[in-house]
Amino acid sequence: MATFILSRLEMVWFLVAGVLLVLNGVRAVDRSNFKTCDQSSFCKRMRTMGLDQSPYRAILETLELSDSRLTLQLINDNNKVRLLLELYRLQGNMTRLKINELKPLRSRFEVPDVLVGEPPTKPLSMVSRDEAGVVLSLGTDAHQLVLNARPFRLDIVEGARVLLSVNGRGLLAFEHLRPRKDTLSKISSTVGSMWDSIKNMFSSNTQKDSEGEETTEGAQEEGEEREEEEPGMWEETFKSHVDSKPNGPSSISLDFSLPGVEHVYGIPEHAENLRLKTTDKGDPYRLYNLDVFQYELYNPMALYGAVPVLLSHNAQRTMGIFWLNAAETWVDISANTAGKTLSGKVLDHAQVPSDAPQTDVRWFSESGIIDVFIMLGPKPSDVFTQYASLTGTQSFPPLSTLGYHQCRWNYNDQEDVRAVDAGFDEHDIPYDFIWLDIEHTDGKRYFTWDAANFPQPRDMLRGLQDKRRKMVAIVDPHIKVDSGYRIHNEIRSRNLYVKDKDGGNYEGWCWPGTAGYPDFTDPEMRAWWASMFAYDKYEGSMENLYTWNDMNEPSVFNGPEVTMHKDAIHGTWEHRDVHNLYGLYVQMATAEGLIQRSGGVERPFVLTRAFFAGSQRYGAVWTGDNAAEWGHLKISIPMCLSLGLVGISFCGADVGGFFKNPGPELLVRWYQTGAYQPFFRAHAHLDTPRREPWLFGPQNTALIRDAVRQRYALLPYWYQLFYHAHRTGEPVMRPLWVEYPQDVATFTIDDQFLLGRHLLVHPVTEQGSQGVSVYLPGVGEVWYDAHTFRRHDGDQNLFVPVTLSSIPVFQRGGSIIPRKVRIRRSSTCMENDPYTLYVALSPQGTADGEIYIDDGHTFNYDRQKQFIHRRLTFANSSLSSSNLSADSQFTTASWIERVLILGGQEPSAVTLRTADGSRSLEFEFDAATSVLTIHKPGVNAGSDWTVLLQ
Amino acid sequence: MFRLQVFLIVSLGAALGAAVEVQRPRGVPLEKRHFYDESRPFTCLDGSRTIPFDRVNDDYCDCKDGSDEPGTAACPNGSFHCTNAGFRATFIPSSRINDGVCDCCDTTDEYNSGVSCQNTCRELGQKERETLEKMAEITREGFLLKRQLIEEAKQGLQEKQGKLSELQASRKEHEEKVDALRTVKETAEQPEREAKERHLKAWEAQKAALQLEKEKAKMAEVFLELDGDADGLVSVSELQTHQELDPDGDGALTDTEAQGLLSGADKVDSAGFQNVWSNIKDKYVSEVRGPSCLLLKSGETDFWLEVSVHSYPEDDAGDEEDDEEEDDDDDVPEEYDDKVTCHRCRPMCATCSSLPESLEKEISFDFGPSAEFAYLYSQCYELTTNEYIYRLCPFNRVSQKPKYGGSETNLGSWGSWNGPEGSKYSIMKYDHGTGCWQGPNRSTTVKLTCGKETAVLSTSEPSRCEYLMEFSTPAICQEPPSLETVAPETDPHDEF
Repeated sequence: MATFILSRLEMVWFLVAGVLLVLNGVRAVDRSNFKTCDQSSFCKRMRTMGLDQSPYRAILETLELSDSRLTLQLINDNNKVRLLLELYRLQGNMTRLKINELKPLRSRFEVPDVLVGEPPTKPLSMVSRDEAGVVLSLGTDAHQLVLNARPFRLDIVEGARVLLSVNGRGLLAFEHLRPRKDTLSKISSTVGSMWDSIKNMFSSNTQKDSEGEETTEGAQEEGEEREEEEPGMWEETFKSHVDSKPNGPSSISLDFSLPGVEHVYGIPEHAENLRLKTTDKGDPYRLYNLDVFQYELYNPMALYGAVPVLLSHNAQRTMGIFWLNAAETWVDISANTAGKTLSGKVLDHAQVPSDAPQTDVRWFSESGIIDVFIMLGPKPSDVFTQYASLTGTQSFPPLSTLGYHQCRWNYNDQEDVRAVDAGFDEHDIPYDFIWLDIEHTDGKRYFTWDAANFPQPRDMLRGLQDKRRKMVAIVDPHIKVDSGYRIHNEIRSRNLYVKDKDGGNYEGWCWPGTAGYPDFTDPEMRAWWASMFAYDKYEGSMENLYTWNDMNEPSVFNGPEVTMHKDAIHGTWEHRDVHNLYGLYVQMATAEGLIQRSGGVERPFVLTRAFFAGSQRYGAVWTGDNAAEWGHLKISIPMCLSLGLVGISFCGADVGGFFKNPGPELLVRWYQTGAYQPFFRAHAHLDTPRREPWLFGPQNTALIRDAVRQRYALLPYWYQLFYHAHRTGEPVMRPLWVEYPQDVATFTIDDQFLLGRHLLVHPVTEQGSQGVSVYLPGVGEVWYDAHTFRRHDGDQNLFVPVTLSSIPVFQRGGSIIPRKVRIRRSSTCMENDPYTLYVALSPQGTADGEIYIDDGHTFNYDRQKQFIHRRLTFANSSLSSSNLSADSQFTTASWIERVLILGGQEPSAVTLRTADGSRSLEFEFDAATSVLTIHKPGVNAGSDWTVLLQ
Repeated sequence: MFRLQVFLIVSLGAALGAAVEVQRPRGVPLEKRHFYDESRPFTCLDGSRTIPFDRVNDDYCDCKDGSDEPGTAACPNGSFHCTNAGFRATFIPSSRINDGVCDCCDTTDEYNSGVSCQNTCRELGQKERETLEKMAEITREGFLLKRQLIEEAKQGLQEKQGKLSELQASRKEHEEKVDALRTVKETAEQPEREAKERHLKAWEAQKAALQLEKEKAKMAEVFLELDGDADGLVSVSELQTHQELDPDGDGALTDTEAQGLLSGADKVDSAGFQNVWSNIKDKYVSEVRGPSCLLLKSGETDFWLEVSVHSYPEDDAGDEEDDEEEDDDDDVPEEYDDKVTCHRCRPMCATCSSLPESLEKEISFDFGPSAEFAYLYSQCYELTTNEYIYRLCPFNRVSQKPKYGGSETNLGSWGSWNGPEGSKYSIMKYDHGTGCWQGPNRSTTVKLTCGKETAVLSTSEPSRCEYLMEFSTPAICQEPPSLETVAPETDPHDEF
């Protein structure tokens, strides 16, 4: 879905509304619609802050240490405002750092609903204390936290090594809440006082800050210094939009130094390389969920979602910083040398070579508090576990959602849906979901159907169900203001809309014209929304209808930066405080609705465009409105890799590109790439010509069919990877460095990736490519071409010649991957099909892998432990299957059809041993490829068995 | 555990009175049964391999061509034969065996998936027979109509060609006359010219002469044009086809007025026309230019438009330019374009077609192998949907107009026949319609289906600005096949 590509009808709407849009001929993002750091007053204030010594000092006398919590006051020596620092040592090698005002004028927003619970703590103990500061133990002798009092700084050390410093550059900043200068009653002159109260009555509307005037003291202690006011503190204007900022300045900032670190990752969503760049020469990376029309590549501009998590990595250690703040946030990254920022008490404990590289990271947010989780790794998988323990893991999707999704804005009517569905059968291409975009509704009233084009939605859904296929229909969060629309009337009568600054229902323009925005931050709103997905409430819905939440940044066509005004009100909070959470709440409520409608039995599937930390718990995300360009195909890899690193594994990009028309080569390459990315959906803009897979000639149809079939064959592996992501938080699609953390050559690779540990994929993303250079990692390892089974040594750059049909994929020597090679028309049709095991031997002649099976769609795997999870091991010329989960139970009809041993030798006999006895198996050995094919072991996939090679 | 029923006992329904049983492996069509002899090893149908017969349908793929697993889903490229007694026998990809979806109406593809399928072959057969019968009737009647159309087209074409050659001949004749006149004139002018030559600026004189000559030539042309019945005389009634010649400007060229223009005569020959020409040449508007139907304004069918007058070029323009003008009709102001109707231009086109150029154009169209589509020329057909009125004017254009007011949109002008090889005339393509906002120019694909009526059956817009129209016409009806082949029940034994 696009922001500003409107149908003709909507154009008329807009012209009527007098909103001037210059749209035609727009080729790329209109940067002027979005703020630069200079145009965002707090960003500008924060960024121009000098690099002087920090004004903050720890008042050690206030230190209190309970079993698991340390509190300490900090004071800003310039304005005497006191802050309260809280430090926690958390389970799993993490440290939490919270800083708030000691006595804020009003309470400041703390992000709810993102953490899965109050993180469990571990005891903190004091190692030493003097007037310069304190040293705390983080469990082991080696791990210590050094707190320097003047200026305030924290260093986390391991032995003599500094892992991370907080406020090392003195950029801690906290704009304390203060009364408006004109609302104080302290002015002695009666006249002045009266005048002031008169002004006060109109202050929210009429007051402008005036430069150079001084604010008087706030609610802080006596003796506070007077501070300069700066532009934009009490009101700011962007384009024609005024932000009334009734609470004045409230931003916060903190810096982190990472000695020895040259590579940092994460903080999606940006159209950017995997490895983040330094931002000294331009704007910081911005985190502010926005509906960006035709976004630009390799750009720090904010996009649809925000996950304020940054990972640092070097050959020794991987760490993470989770900045839990939902307001507009910017992140500056700069390269430094370690010696420059090391000072104070930490020097007694640790040394860093003064010329060691260092990465400095600075976060600043417009409001809220500082609440940071420092995840200390040390391995990449530890960081994933640590972050997962805070915000949860990827929801375990229904198996079918890992199949192929066919989407378009729009499939016009039921007949269109039927014809496209039939097209897949005619061309023998599997698919699981067909999607309906906004045009399926009655005038963009979500939860309804266009009466002329979709008169019998249940008939349509039943037709799909007969083919064991499913549908996704869009439900956006903007609600048409129309007294004839039930959803609107109920939300209004329940008073659950977001309010504008004056207390009325906030209204903005979106697809339906004037729209209200439900306050999804309100649990009552979410509960009501969830109840709307009940089969009797959502007319025409059925169990095979799932949901897509678009435009949930939220997108407001006539709002500042195409989103909601920051002074809109959510209960007691401003939109400013909660902005980046809105999309998460929409998806949360929708997913809850899909669970509830099935009585808590069925797993939901909800796709969202906007997201935040924790969104992984509710479904899938996609990279928004991309374009049919080679650059967009290429960037889909780092964009999804970055999301995977911060917990959101179920990621994909619109196959084919949303805007513009892909040529057949680009389309084919995109299918080939998408087939190996987690969320595999083709999508197209309303104005583009049709591009169903069979519309580009038989040759291209065959290429696309082959790519989709490769996806379906690997579904057992995909499902197993998602099971793991769900259990551990490990990403499904991984950068190479995650599995080869000591191989520096992998640290910047983002044109290839790993699926789990076992598959390496290097999609062809260049036009007219004759070949790709694939980096095969691992000294002493081997890799097998997944198509030809040719063996290649690890630790090399391999040139792989390609044709249009090539998808360079390699299976790691030492791995076993289960596939289902009987490709059917949907994943559900393949449920009971047998497995073929691909055993790729390591140079040592060993391999291992897993097989995971459950019913594919309910929560029974969790609640009733109904699943099969087995380990497959090849060693000493024998392959065996053993139970990994003794207390789970599930029966499957699937069996082992075939075993391929790659890199094998010709045996004289092959014997199958089961509980029932032994029998010999037929086999074939292809000497040219060293592939041993064992025929039909025929054993049930859930049973114990061994295959012996003699 | 995975023991499959290797042999299928095919029993015929009780309808036959006696059961006939033929044993063969599941999924094998009757005509291939001899390849599957259980007493011998099985050789893959591609000859690649021979396997023990118990490996046939053992749910493991041995043959590259999939032929050892006709009744299981084991081979990626296999196919399964559904007998579908009572309906049509068919093959399905073997991946559809036991996939939980009922594909064969006789349910034989789902023998082990747990799904319960209903045997619907009888109903389907019945339905298909009915449909086929209906289709056959339509085809039969449609084909008869088509024959008529072909006959009419033949006659029409002959007439037109006759007319054309007649016109061409008479034009030639007239041109000869003009030539003669010219010779006379030149002879007469010879002394004058010589005299002028003695004067200054000989080239100017030449130019003037040329002008005169042109004048004469034009006069001759107009004479031919006016001489609608090509009898070599211009009559009062022929002159009255040009109302613009009305001398008193009251909008009507009366008999008397016309006679006046003919210097009192009822008819004049080409020589006498010289005097007439001087009376009318300032007002006369030729019909040779601008016979485009699109240039007619509704309610003013008797008048050529101002626009055509202005666009009357001094020099003859080629056909290409003509086409371009039609394509450019989007430039015509909408309120004007709006009122253009093709129904109304028919009478004028009839007039136009008396002219050799339009005749040539019409004759040049590809109206199908036997000109069976000729009857669609200069006709228009409408379909009204919820929002729009769609209009198809075959060989001309497709348009769309909002039902409740608003301007018309051109969905494409005649492009070409665009059907696949072997049925070129099944699809018409209209393109270069009004440009789409941020998109391509509109275009329309018209799919022709056999029908007794000529009508637009449906319209849709599968892609933005790419329209699809279904259009029924007898002209596409094929010669009906004999009834036996459309009624499968007449030979239920064909399987055996």
